[in-house]
Amino acid sequence: MTEQTEAVEQGPERHVRVVLVDDHRMFRTGVQAEIGRTETTGVEVVGEAADVDQAVTVITATRPEVVLLDVHLPGGGGVEVLRRCAPLMAGAQSPVRFLALSVSDAAEDVIGVIRGGARGYVTKTITGTDLVDSIFRVQDGDAVFSPRLAGFVLDAFASTDAPPVDEDLDRLTQREREVLRLIARGYAYKEIAKQLFISVKTVESHVSAVLRKLQLSNRHELTRWATARRLV
Amino acid sequence: MPRPVPRVTIGGMPEAATVPLTEDTRDPRPPRKLYRSSDGRWLGGVARGLAGHLGLPVIWVRLVFVGLFMADGLGALLYAAFWFFVPLGLGGVGGGRPTVLTTETAPDGRRRLVARRPDKGQILALLLMVVVAMIFVQNVNLTGNTKAYLVPTVLVGAGVALVWRQADNARRARWMEAGRRRRTLSLARAAAGIVLVGAGITGIFVTQGATEHLGPILQAALAVLVGIALLAGPYLVRMTQDLSEERLMRIRAQERAEVAAHVHDSVLHTLTLIQRNADSAAEVRRLARAQERDLRAWLYKPAAAENPREPETVAEAVKRNAAEVEDKHGVPLEVVVVGDCPLDEGVTAQMQAAREAMVNAAKYGGEGGAVQVFAEVEGDEVFVSVRDRGPGFDPDSIPADRMGVRESIIGRMERNGGTARLRAVPDGGTEVELTMKRAEKTS
Repeated sequence: MTEQTEAVEQGPERHVRVVLVDDHRMFRTGVQAEIGRTETTGVEVVGEAADVDQAVTVITATRPEVVLLDVHLPGGGGVEVLRRCAPLMAGAQSPVRFLALSVSDAAEDVIGVIRGGARGYVTKTITGTDLVDSIFRVQDGDAVFSPRLAGFVLDAFASTDAPPVDEDLDRLTQREREVLRLIARGYAYKEIAKQLFISVKTVESHVSAVLRKLQLSNRHELTRWATARRLV
Repeated sequence: MPRPVPRVTIGGMPEAATVPLTEDTRDPRPPRKLYRSSDGRWLGGVARGLAGHLGLPVIWVRLVFVGLFMADGLGALLYAAFWFFVPLGLGGVGGGRPTVLTTETAPDGRRRLVARRPDKGQILALLLMVVVAMIFVQNVNLTGNTKAYLVPTVLVGAGVALVWRQADNARRARWMEAGRRRRTLSLARAAAGIVLVGAGITGIFVTQGATEHLGPILQAALAVLVGIALLAGPYLVRMTQDLSEERLMRIRAQERAEVAAHVHDSVLHTLTLIQRNADSAAEVRRLARAQERDLRAWLYKPAAAENPREPETVAEAVKRNAAEVEDKHGVPLEVVVVGDCPLDEGVTAQMQAAREAMVNAAKYGGEGGAVQVFAEVEGDEVFVSVRDRGPGFDPDSIPADRMGVRESIIGRMERNGGTARLRAVPDGGTEVELTMKRAEKTS
């Protein structure tokens, strides 16, 4: 708890309402204990759910800003929650944003929820500080990429050698690749900014662009990639 | 010959799943049991099996059978009895032909070749049998009445033999996964067998001079058969269902036992160790991470976890090295690999350099948190980066006697035509970047 620098700095002045979706009660309790001290972290846990139906009900009722979503859930998994909450994500006013939080870092889980509309993916080994940081980042509309996730994305785009039909949409720009590579190498956004002589905001917009490409325009390519690896 | 081999046994066919292919050639002969040889047999594999069992040349056994056959058909009777009661197995006489092994290991084309080979011998054997049978019939002096029964009996025998061979084939195909013959062939075989048996039985009736009763008798027989089918049918269906269900349960139970064994061997042991080392946070973390990696590997790719072999690709090598360093130094290493390619000489050197870099990072930069390892194969270039968040150091100030960095990393990379770059990361920590050209691009 000594190195809670960023969260403590941001905590008091920022506030975010969060719903926890996880079928392990112990884990919910643990996360709650880690991030739920609203006065220091600024995170307020407004609801919890243990399965898909419950999650949809709670999310609809409480309209949180961020949902921490487990990938493996009884009743269809995190992807199902994302599918049924799609209208909430699209809302112009206070859209609900999803951050996947899973013990699994298997490619099919990661790609599945990202395609479903989650704004980021972190594994359960993440520290409390980093988790709070990620939650705020997602609240801002940014994408949160773990090094592993960045690796998956690079892999997905790299394995297609043939030039795609719509170059602008389907290809990552040189800069985006560079940013992803640095994330995969374990750099924080701030460090990437310093390395590439750009602002943190620019880094974030690059990452968001990658996420958008991943969700919208790269569907066929990703499908191809996933089928080639027998992931879907 | 077969000895229990730890493998899932599929219901009802213990010898099928436990045939030890290598033991024939390597082991100094385990306790022997008589099996019919499925390999290189002419008819039922009895002679080969017997020869293998007795340690005699096959031809002797075959000659003895033929000789006995001349003695009022005793050989045929004996052969039939063996065929009937002795289960089919692998091996038999050694014969110097490694066909069994190649059947197992070779790709499909090879297998078919091997499976087809004995067929020539079989045709030969059948021809031989016909000739011998003709001579036998000529020679034996039978009364007219008995002689009339002979041809139908032989027909029935041939039909039964055909169908029994079929059963052998099905059994062999199931555990060799090799003789995947077409269904039509087996159906044709069964049909031929039935026709032969039918012809034989009809022949007996005809020779008895009961042709006029044939219709009513057939009708009565059919009625009895239908009656039996009606009576026993449900039980039979039930029995096969129970059997397959039981088989399924057994497989499931075995699977569960295997999972339990693994959980016991690894997870429970680790938890015990963790309880005992509860004071040492670093040790607990090391144990937990090692166990997590182990369990993941076991859950998602069981084959790789069971037989660890030398890594053959960049991804495998990086992961293996990182896992070993992690276990040895108790510092978590996060590995991200993009793309993959087989190892060549230069890349192998690069992997060794990367390992050295990981060791360094774990030793000197481990306090700052996880060490990040990133490997990427892009085009004909392999790039590896190892970074830590330790105190960092100035690459120019490496003392001349520090062989680790200078020789193991930089020197090794340069000798193999690659480059190594060490640099300080802006916010503390060190990053080692290794770049190597691949010998040839295969993708």
